Amino acid sequence: MTQSPLLTIDDLWIDVGSRPVIEGVSLSIKPGEMLGLVGESGCGKSVTALSIMRLLAEPPMHIRQGAIHYDGQDILAMSNLELEQLRGNQIAMIFQEPMTSLNPVFTIGDQIAEVVLLHKTSDRAKAARRAVELLDRVGIPAPEKAAQKFPHEMSGGQRQRAMIAIALACDPQLLIADEPTTALDVTVQAQILELIEDLRGEMGMAVLLITHDLGVVSQYCGRVAVMYGGRVVEEAPADELFTNPRHRYTEALLRTIPAANPPGVELPAIPGTVPPPGARPNGCAFHPRCSFCLDICTEEMPELTGDDHHRLRCWNAA
Amino acid sequence: MTLLEIKNLSKIYHGKNGAKVQALSDVSLDIAAGEVVGVVGESGCGKSTLGRSLLRLIEPSGGQVLFEGQDIVPLKKSALKPMRRDLQIIFQDPFGSLNPRHKVGKVIGEPLEVHGIGTKQQRQEKVRELLDLVGLPQNAIDRHPHEFSGGQRQRIAIARALALDPKLIVADEAVSALDVSIQSQIINLIAKLQKQLNISILFISHDLSVIRHVSDRIAIMYLGRIVEMGETEEVMQNPQHPYTQSLLSAIPRVGEKRARTVLAGEVPDPANPPSGCAFHTRCPKVMDVCKQTRPELKAQTQGAVACHLFPQ
Ligand SMILES: Nc1ncnc2c1ncn2[C@@H]1O[C@H](COP(=O)(O)OP(=O)(O)OP(=O)(O)O)[C@@H](O)[C@H]1O
Ligand SMILES: Nc1ncnc2c1ncn2[C@@H]1O[C@H](COP(=O)(O)OP(=O)(O)O)[C@@H](O)[C@H]1O
Ligand code: SF4
Ligand code: SF4
Ligand SMILES: [Mg+2]
Ligand SMILES: [Mg+2]
Repeated sequence: MTQSPLLTIDDLWIDVGSRPVIEGVSLSIKPGEMLGLVGESGCGKSVTALSIMRLLAEPPMHIRQGAIHYDGQDILAMSNLELEQLRGNQIAMIFQEPMTSLNPVFTIGDQIAEVVLLHKTSDRAKAARRAVELLDRVGIPAPEKAAQKFPHEMSGGQRQRAMIAIALACDPQLLIADEPTTALDVTVQAQILELIEDLRGEMGMAVLLITHDLGVVSQYCGRVAVMYGGRVVEEAPADELFTNPRHRYTEALLRTIPAANPPGVELPAIPGTVPPPGARPNGCAFHPRCSFCLDICTEEMPELTGDDHHRLRCWNAA
Repeated sequence: MTLLEIKNLSKIYHGKNGAKVQALSDVSLDIAAGEVVGVVGESGCGKSTLGRSLLRLIEPSGGQVLFEGQDIVPLKKSALKPMRRDLQIIFQDPFGSLNPRHKVGKVIGEPLEVHGIGTKQQRQEKVRELLDLVGLPQNAIDRHPHEFSGGQRQRIAIARALALDPKLIVADEAVSALDVSIQSQIINLIAKLQKQLNISILFISHDLSVIRHVSDRIAIMYLGRIVEMGETEEVMQNPQHPYTQSLLSAIPRVGEKRARTVLAGEVPDPANPPSGCAFHTRCPKVMDVCKQTRPELKAQTQGAVACHLFPQ
């Protein structure tokens, strides 16, 4: 059964100054699904995420071309007021370092209540009660006490939970989580990912989970999009992508991780480095590092092949 | 042959308003010549404190560090200097540890200069060899560290650490800040050089899959103590300590089902550690005795474990 997508990004191009950063990204997310967006640093994951929320630093960033639709509405055509409505009521975002998005001079409880007051009710006492409920829901022990705390009085894991509580305050249909656990210990990472997964199941919320950790995506996401050099190079259901990667970059990436290799053996390394925007080669951006490179790879951007289920851009796919 | 023997090493940091943080308690560990020992644990468990205090980059509060049989803890700075040739460190953030004003040639050759080794020309020669060894182009010599990518900067840091032909290197999260594709290049480089030069490495990382790949033996730390130690594959395949078990099951791996039991809570504040076994506040197998009595790290049929579930 096909369900119409909640969010669609269609052929998005974004420049930083005159250098292209995002070069034709297309993605879609269905209601209630968790889509993983993976890639090495600088490939454009965060820029893509920020563009959905229209939170790009413009300038130097500039959306040159493309379309982003949320539930049929054209995000790129929205007024500031409409965008505020969208961010408050439909889409919420959490980041790697919650400290930068929490206000250090207000208590956690006040910060959550603030969001509730903005979008849900005008009753202060109700908002404060809702804040405590939300802190409880995200698994913070003694939520009444925690509501009185300032961000610096909490651990990294608790701050991330508090951020999630703020994000939930407006019952979003889409949660964008940009490296939400990268700064956390593995045992705390597991707690936060379980929490996000629970909330997805319970509230039917769609999640865009951005990470560079292939293991995280494999265990939590239904579908995965792999980015390289400002493009989505391969997209498929997670099981399929991890057992049957077809793009040569995805394949190389999966082969090189230590966990995929017996201890002590030389890792099948990918030579070279990720090219920064402005220095990306012609054709397939991965070609200088690819051992399956054909002549055409150096000249022409690979066409989109495969089907809706598994699509990719590679001239010499596995 | 034992190269380095750490005995009951402790470190207490004195914070403002008299707060004491016991960052390292009674850590004992030895490293054989040519051996790679991995140290793993969550943030704040004392890994860096261990790495730095055994090199005396910070002063230990107690214990011994025997290098080739000699205790370096009581040594005066002047007596320590020759030792420094044999003991080097590589940090996580090569940017922070490389002087941005110096050219790469100078950065790599500096330890030779400091120790008054060779003529200027011999040092130049050595720097060129080192560049080759770590896979950097010769023209790197006249460029500045900031012109290089993270992976290449880590190569520069490795070349610098190797300049004095050390016997032991502490690698503190040396590959943690790198992207997957670059990380595997640097892991390969470190592993190759380690074998080629027969160096001992204390490999510190929060990433168990990296540690597993490079280490002969591993030590798992929790709140300033080693809770389990053993041959890498034995520990990975058959973890004994409840904390090691939780840590292993929390790592998301490609293609594996996710762990059903997630460890609750977080690492307690080291300024205010729990009584008895420091892990008792989160341990799924906690018993009454755990809250009162601290288990000692004791040799078991497999490796060594600090837990009341095992013979004490
Ligand atoms: N200079 C210092 N003064 C006071 N406390 C310190 C100091 N350095 C470290 N600590 C504390 O000592 C404990 C151990 O710190 P350490 O840096 O060794 O941990 P780590 O295992 O290396 O952690 P990470 O994985 O985050 O690098 C922590 O609780 C830390 O806050
Ligand atoms: N505000 C900005 N100004 C200039 N360049 C930026 C800005 N934000 C991101 N970039 C550049 O855009 C590229 C993609 O960045 P980003 O989306 O953050 O990558 P990642 O995939 O690591 O999240 C990077 O090269 C980055 O340096
Ligand atoms: S398009 Fe060509 S260069 Fe790019 S990944 Fe595929 S085979 Fe390699
Ligand atoms: S000593 Fe007790 S609390 Fe500590 S790890 Fe063992 S069983 Fe758990
Ligand atoms: Mg990012
Ligand atoms: Mg550290």
